[in-house]
Amino acid sequence: MDMLPLWISLKTSLSATFLAFVLGVTAAKLMSVYRGRLKSVLDGVFILPLVLPPTVVGFLLLVLFGRHGPLGKVLTALFSTTVIFSWSATVIASTVVAFPLMYRTARGAFEQVDPHMLDAARTMGIPESSIFTRITMPLAWPGIAAGTILAFARALGEFGATLMLAGNIPGKTQTIPLTIFFLVESGQRDKAALWVLIIIVISLAAITGLHYWTSHQIPAGGQPER
Amino acid sequence: MALRADIERDLPGFKLRVSLDCQEKTLGLLGGSGSGKSMTLRCIAGLDKPTRGRITLGGRVLFDSKEGIDLPPQQRRVGFLFQNYALFPHLTVAGNIAMGLRGMKKHEQKKTIKEMVAKVKLEGMENRFPRQLSGGQQQRVALARALVLQPEVLLLDEPFSALDNHLRGEMEQELKDLLGSYDGSSVFVTHNLEEAYRLCPNLLILEDGNVIAGGPREDIFNNPPNLATARITGCQNLSRIRIRKDNTVEALDWGCVLHVNSNNMPSGASYAGIPSRYIRPAGKDDLINAMHCRVINVIESPYQVTLSVKLLGRESNNLSCLKLSVQNEEWQRIISQGLEEFKICLPPERVFLTF
Repeated sequence: MDMLPLWISLKTSLSATFLAFVLGVTAAKLMSVYRGRLKSVLDGVFILPLVLPPTVVGFLLLVLFGRHGPLGKVLTALFSTTVIFSWSATVIASTVVAFPLMYRTARGAFEQVDPHMLDAARTMGIPESSIFTRITMPLAWPGIAAGTILAFARALGEFGATLMLAGNIPGKTQTIPLTIFFLVESGQRDKAALWVLIIIVISLAAITGLHYWTSHQIPAGGQPER
Repeated sequence: MALRADIERDLPGFKLRVSLDCQEKTLGLLGGSGSGKSMTLRCIAGLDKPTRGRITLGGRVLFDSKEGIDLPPQQRRVGFLFQNYALFPHLTVAGNIAMGLRGMKKHEQKKTIKEMVAKVKLEGMENRFPRQLSGGQQQRVALARALVLQPEVLLLDEPFSALDNHLRGEMEQELKDLLGSYDGSSVFVTHNLEEAYRLCPNLLILEDGNVIAGGPREDIFNNPPNLATARITGCQNLSRIRIRKDNTVEALDWGCVLHVNSNNMPSGASYAGIPSRYIRPAGKDDLINAMHCRVINVIESPYQVTLSVKLLGRESNNLSCLKLSVQNEEWQRIISQGLEEFKICLPPERVFLTF
């Protein structure tokens, strides 16, 4: 059996998870301090890919990255390439749908951190950047880790937007979910079942791995046990 | 190090107007919840921004709205002890203390932490996490963490409110000792008046965002400058008055004429008060301000009873009760002599007049 879809899926979802992590955590941090009027609008925009049908996300991405779209024009001008129907397109599609999960859980995790702790750190002379890396992140870590796994699972399972933006090019953009769809379509249900099994194993491993790992971390939380 | 703050902060529905001057010793900020005491501390530490005003510490300007100076909390050298201690739960005792000591050489850091841990009597607990410590130990870590940075002023926000009664007394003594060996000044916020009195030679009373009294604790407790201060210091016996001649006043709510000390007679005073601890059952020699009274209510405590009494003579339903405490043994003696003859005495030197 051709294992390329597994390789493409892992490469895509890991890259997308990395991007969604950086973008989601940054957006969550910025939104937790931002007090402007656009707060609820921005929050809505960040969550939107989660509630929209994947085909709608795919359509919007096509408009954005198309030859005549605003981002597509920039890419064409700078690198004289287009991302549509390339491997990058699978990453973009997966990142966009995974982002809201990362953003939302990270924001929730940041809001759980006792603001007094951050104030205490400030009066101790610790610079804001160190407060973020040495206090906020470790304390919010269980939530951030859960968000990362959710984002990974979502990126791994991405189908609709990927199909619209990246197409189904075997060996290039054909991820496991696309493979399953087209195998069933052409009546090869046995092969499809095998891929289904593979994707279940990967997802389960990620989730139990996370659970095992976080339960061995030092439990955070402000309150004493006695 | 002298801390001076003259700040205003405007919020919807609340205005803070505080001016304080804290010299070498401990200044107590006393007030009910929502009176603005915590906000004052936060403004001094740079965690809240005053709308207007100026804050100086020693020779440094921490905040000045006119000159556009607003030092970040990191540069203020102000220690802050939070109500819930705000220890970093993912770091050990040593880690919590070390957090502020970055930039120090490793072996120096180790030495400093060791000294500090010894100072707050936490030897052997360096590697424990906050959740493995008792409330009192957690507070010591919080203190150590703040004091190790040698702040020029230490701000304490209701440090004992999370402790039970027994620990409270113990920690209070420890805090007193630690503050004694610390050569900066400190501002102590509390709503507990006895705590404030025990720890702070000077007090500032806040109500609704305004300073309503300030000065040495004895003055404030024995001679509160206004009715609100009298109430905050725990004085339950307060009456409207009409000033008469010969150092006497007519206490309208108690229905009696009281002698007061001549140097206690501010002109224009409209209230008289006496803390319940100063009212005593009258002896044979008490001739001034000794009055027959009727016991309205008795509340028994383990060692004393609190009596609510009304003065006899001018029967009126509008009169309010006077409260006093007597020791259990004395109360038994009074009952055995018969309550008809019960007299109380309000020593003239203890009666204060206020506005």
